[in-house]
Parts: sequence; structure tokens; C-alpha cells
Amino acid sequence: MPPSVSSSAAAAATLRAGGLTRRYGGVAAVDNIDLELNRGEVLGFLGPNGAGKSTTMQLLTGNLAPSAGAISICGIDLLESPVAAKAHIGYLPEVPPLYRDLNVGEFLDLAARLHRVPKGKRAGAVTRAIERCGLAQVSRKLIGTLSKGYQQRVGIAQAIVHEPDVVILDEPTVGLDPNQIRDIRALIRELGNAHSVILSTHILPEVEAICDRVQIMHRGKMVYANTIAALKQRHCGGSLEDVFADLTRGENA
Amino acid sequence: MIFTIASKDLKSMFASPLAWVVLTLVQLAAGFLFFKRLDDFLQVQPQLVQMASPQGFTELVAVPMFYAMAGLIMLIAIPLLAMRLFAEERRNQTMVLLTSAPVSMTDIVLGKFVALMGMLLIIFALIALMPLSLAATTRLDYRFLAVVILGLTLLAAALGAVSLYVSTLTGQPIIAAIGAFGAMVLLAVLGDQLAGNLEMRGLSVLAALAQVFSPVRNFATLSRGVIDSYAVACLLLLALVFLALTVRQLEARRLRGRG
Repeated sequence: MPPSVSSSAAAAATLRAGGLTRRYGGVAAVDNIDLELNRGEVLGFLGPNGAGKSTTMQLLTGNLAPSAGAISICGIDLLESPVAAKAHIGYLPEVPPLYRDLNVGEFLDLAARLHRVPKGKRAGAVTRAIERCGLAQVSRKLIGTLSKGYQQRVGIAQAIVHEPDVVILDEPTVGLDPNQIRDIRALIRELGNAHSVILSTHILPEVEAICDRVQIMHRGKMVYANTIAALKQRHCGGSLEDVFADLTRGENA
Repeated sequence: MIFTIASKDLKSMFASPLAWVVLTLVQLAAGFLFFKRLDDFLQVQPQLVQMASPQGFTELVAVPMFYAMAGLIMLIAIPLLAMRLFAEERRNQTMVLLTSAPVSMTDIVLGKFVALMGMLLIIFALIALMPLSLAATTRLDYRFLAVVILGLTLLAAALGAVSLYVSTLTGQPIIAAIGAFGAMVLLAVLGDQLAGNLEMRGLSVLAALAQVFSPVRNFATLSRGVIDSYAVACLLLLALVFLALTVRQLEARRLRGRG
């Protein structure tokens, strides 16, 4: 029996995962982790390279089937009714999935169609995503000709064009310049108010700046979970960096 | 949703030079064949008139041209057009856009299949225009022509599904094209040989089974102008089997992960 995910506990929970495990051969890349995300929350997902962050995100977005465990998105079981559940997810993978021979507007229109945005609302949704991600000047350029930073932003725009309840961003600020990083952080914060966001990153101050909660993964296991507020209170003077180092240093395989 | 994916893939086919090169080559070959056949026909026409029930333009020019083109389309156009459909998405890591969206794997596969068929139907339409251009001055057997085009479409569906499946097996479009080419040759030569051999030995049940895997034999039946329902069923069955295998292959990769 897989661990069941109850939907009655908190109506505000947009994402729940219980006992999530993914094995490759005998090795558990993700080992029995639990996750919960509420509406209006930004969750920072930390861990050294190879800790299983990206694998977890692939599991949460239905791109990879878990070996064990259950995931529910807005109360819909992702494994049983993947199509219905995926309608509530926006996902930016590690490598943004961009069609280089489409221009930005066309691409976002395609993303909106794929996410079943109704025809009447599509143009508005695309315009809004372009605006939010600061893509107005490049909206008619081919994606293949854009710089890495702009491509990254198109990747984020693609993940939010259908206004999903759960936004999952795998290292969203990689390759951006400091100004862009500030814009994107503001955007994530804004998304966190109405929706809910999980983001993975290596930039610890970023987590402290924009996240409500933080979870640290190490070797496939969840080794730390706390709210940023509590963290700041308990380790007055100490920082997230110290916690991170304590939990993960010196034992990297 | 199928048509959203199909139109996306058709658009990106036309954005790359490959589609245009294939279209051009197929047109050149069809044009050459058409004129050669037409020239031969005009030379023998005086003798044909004296015969009791002479073969006409459709039998001697249009249908043989389609028959000859089928080989070229099968061995070159289909592998080249199908190779990128999944292999390129995998290489560019764009497949995740489709698999993260609320779209079933079946819809994704059918979308790509429809795109491929759309492209091939464009090719067939352009070839069909050649004999049709003489419709005003000669009597065409439209029924015969329609059956041959139906046969060609079914053949393309069966072999397109095979190529689509091969495209899911690799992240390199070129390898996918070579693999699909190999599969075509195998089906054309081995499948046909097997069915023929079994039939000759009187093993009719086995021969009928083997006929599913000899699309060329089934197409040959249809290109005689006869709608043989078993041939039609065999071609459709081959297409369905490989579309199902494609869906299965992609689902299995989601279960397996990594690549």
C-alpha cells in the first residue's frame, strides 16, 4: 500500500507528496521524502549537487514516475489522473524546453494552448506573461537568437502563462544578470502571493530573501525543513549558510 | 490538442530546410517519371487504338508513376521527415514541455503522426496534380487513381508509424533516419519474401499473418485498382501496432527516467 495523501487536512495545500522514493537500480536518488506546499507560499529547495533536487522536481511534475509514494496537486492524484493534475502545474526544468525556431510570442501561445488556456483568454495570458517576465522588447525575436538570460526568462514565462496553482522552478535565476535576478525574485515573490512556488537554487541569500520556508536535501533524503522566520529566530546571528554547511559538508560522495 | 501539436510540428518542419529539400527532390523525381512515361505512352498510342480494350492513360502513365514514387517516398521521404519528430525533442530536451502539459502521451504521439501524414499528403497531392493537369484533354479513370492514392496513403501511414517508433529510440535524428531506412528495407524485402514463401508452401494462415508485415505487398494489391479489404486491414493494423508501441516506449522512458 502506498502512503495515502489525505486532502481533507488542509484545503489550502496545493501540493502534497508523501513517502516519495525514486530508485535507479539499487540506488535511491530520492529516498522517502515528504513535501507540502500551501497557497501563498514560496518554498526554497536546497541541497548540494546530486542531492536529488531535480529528480524530485521531475517526480512532482509527472515527468518521472516514482518508485513509491503519492503526489497530489490541488487534491488531484498525479499518478492516477496525470492530465487533470498537470493542468495545475507550471514547470521550468533545469534546461528550459524552448523551440529555437519559434519567436517568443508564438512559443508562449503554444505553451498556453498546450496548457488548455481557453481561446478567448489566450492572447491576454501571453501578453501578461511577456509583461511579467520583461520580454516585451524581444517578443518577436526567434528564441534561438536570444541571450541565455532572455531564454531563461522565456522558460519562466512558459511556466506561468496559464496561471498555475503550483509553480515549480529548477534554478530559475541561473544565467541572469544582477538586475534580471532582482526582477525575477520580485516576480517569484509576487507569484507566491496568489499561487505557490517551489524553487531550487544554490544561492542561499536568494532563499532568505524570497522564500517562506526552506527544505534541504542531501543524498536523496530531506535533512532539514523549517520556516525562514524560525530559522532567523533560532540562529540569531547564524545564517542559512551555516545550517547548510553543517548538514551537508564533508560527506559529499 | 492533437492538432495543436500537429500544427507545431508541421510549422517546424517547414522552418527547416529539410522539408523543402525533400519536397523538391520528390517533385523532381515525379516530374521526370511523369514525362518519361507520358512520352512512352504517346509513342505507343497509335498501336493501342487498334486494340480491342486498350489500356489508357491512367493505367500506363499515372498509376505506374505513383507506383515508382512509392519506393522513393518510402525509402527516403518518410525516414527523413520522421527522424526529427521525437529524436530532436529528446536532443534539445524540449519533450518536457509536452510531457509537463496536461496532454496524454497518446495525444502527443498522434499529434506527431498527424503532422507527418499532413506533410506526406502534401507530397501526394503535388504528385497527383501532374496527371490531373491533363484531365481536360484525356479521359482519366478517377476511381482507379483514387484507389491507388488511398493505397499510397495507407502505406505511408504504416511506414510513418514505424519511422515514428524508431525516432523514439534515439536522441540523434540521423541515427533515427538510418534506423527507419533499415526498417523499411527489412519490411519491404524480408516481409515480402516471408509472406510469398509461406503462401507458396500452402501455409495460408501463416502467410496471412506475415502479410501484416509486408506493407509493399499490400500496397501492390491496392495499386492494381482493387480495394482488397484484407490489404487495407493489414496496412492499418501495422500503423496501429507501431503507434501503440511508440506510446509504450515513451511511457516506459518516463518510468525508467534519464534519457
